[in-house]
Amino acid sequence: MRSPEDWIALLETVPDPEIPVLNVVEMGIVRGVQCTDGALNIKITPTYMGCPAMDAIADDIHAKLAPLAEQESRILTVEMVYSPAWTTDWLDDNAKAKLEAYGIAPPGRTSDKRTLRGQPPEVRCPLCKSMETELVSLFGSTACKAHYRCKSCAEPFDHFKCI
Amino acid sequence: MNTRFEYLLRLGDDALILGQQLGLWTGHGPVLEEDIALTNIGLDQIGQARAWLTLSGKVEGLDRDEDRLAYFRDRSEFRNALLCERPNGHFGDTIARQFLFDAYAVGLHESLCHSNDDNIAAIARKSAKESAYHLRHSRAWMLRLGDGTEESRDKVQQSLIDLLPYVGDLFHSDSVTQAAVAEGWGPDPASLRDGWNAHVESMLSMSGLNRPDSVPEQTGGRIGRHTEQLSHLLAEMQVLPRTYPDAQW
Repeated sequence: MRSPEDWIALLETVPDPEIPVLNVVEMGIVRGVQCTDGALNIKITPTYMGCPAMDAIADDIHAKLAPLAEQESRILTVEMVYSPAWTTDWLDDNAKAKLEAYGIAPPGRTSDKRTLRGQPPEVRCPLCKSMETELVSLFGSTACKAHYRCKSCAEPFDHFKCI
Repeated sequence: MNTRFEYLLRLGDDALILGQQLGLWTGHGPVLEEDIALTNIGLDQIGQARAWLTLSGKVEGLDRDEDRLAYFRDRSEFRNALLCERPNGHFGDTIARQFLFDAYAVGLHESLCHSNDDNIAAIARKSAKESAYHLRHSRAWMLRLGDGTEESRDKVQQSLIDLLPYVGDLFHSDSVTQAAVAEGWGPDPASLRDGWNAHVESMLSMSGLNRPDSVPEQTGGRIGRHTEQLSHLLAEMQVLPRTYPDAQW
């Protein structure tokens, strides 16, 4: 019989459908794994309320884990919870480094002085590492990203919004 | 009347109707970035609507899920504020409508975070982050249009004149909101007016736009008395599930 830790290790093999460089555990959206008699309950929380990837994520978790749960005579349920709310602080430094390597400028921390003062974030170009970047639009290719442009290398890129 | 159900429907219907309207901008935005922005905001609103309506259905206890509530209620059963059903109009109209709503939503969601109903507080904590981000966007555009060209200024000034009479529902107290206050679910809508006013005044002072002197305010959305516009919107939103009730993506 697998322990909750074993199930989390398996969840680490489920990639985020929009940002496949991170798995769902690294994204910080797994809110609990509970094994009871005949049941395996996994709680996930959305990054954004309307994030269309949530249904795909629940399906992906089912596809990977339901057959394994069945071997232990457990029925898998994936439950959506809203609390505690997801913020970008659920991404750790390792996840942020992976994002940057993938070409997405990672978010700062919500406790940063600039964030607390409501000032625009300092965003580093993930390609040439220049700090000379500008906001093109508060909204980008997905609900969790804003659209930036690098003034040094002229590349457009996504910035993970800090919320 | 199940007052908690009524109260939650209001929250859900505001988000649903506004989200549906913003979705109509898909492929019609003035520039690509704004097309994406408006539809992203719409997506957030639909996400919030799903959470509120799912909770409404559970509270009602009649086995109605989010889809049942969105697609199989008629006009008089909707509880959205009249502001949310004002037509999209031109880009300035949509931005002004969004600004007036966002400035209300940030105060509402902040207040609902302290709800003694854990489900309401959880949805509000998530929504509060989103509405604050939406306000940044709609406020920036109010400043840009108001302080832009003569044409952009005239147009968005007219948008404000047209829309301000419809904010009444947002701050209107009645037996449902009184129950919400008494039970500790949420704030008295009237108490949100000062915070909203501060956002509006700050925007006006920086954009150079003016507020009409006295605006008579219309109410009725909260008790299902809607304008013709909502019928057109529901027709488009509901036709598919009503024609093919078993349709699946």
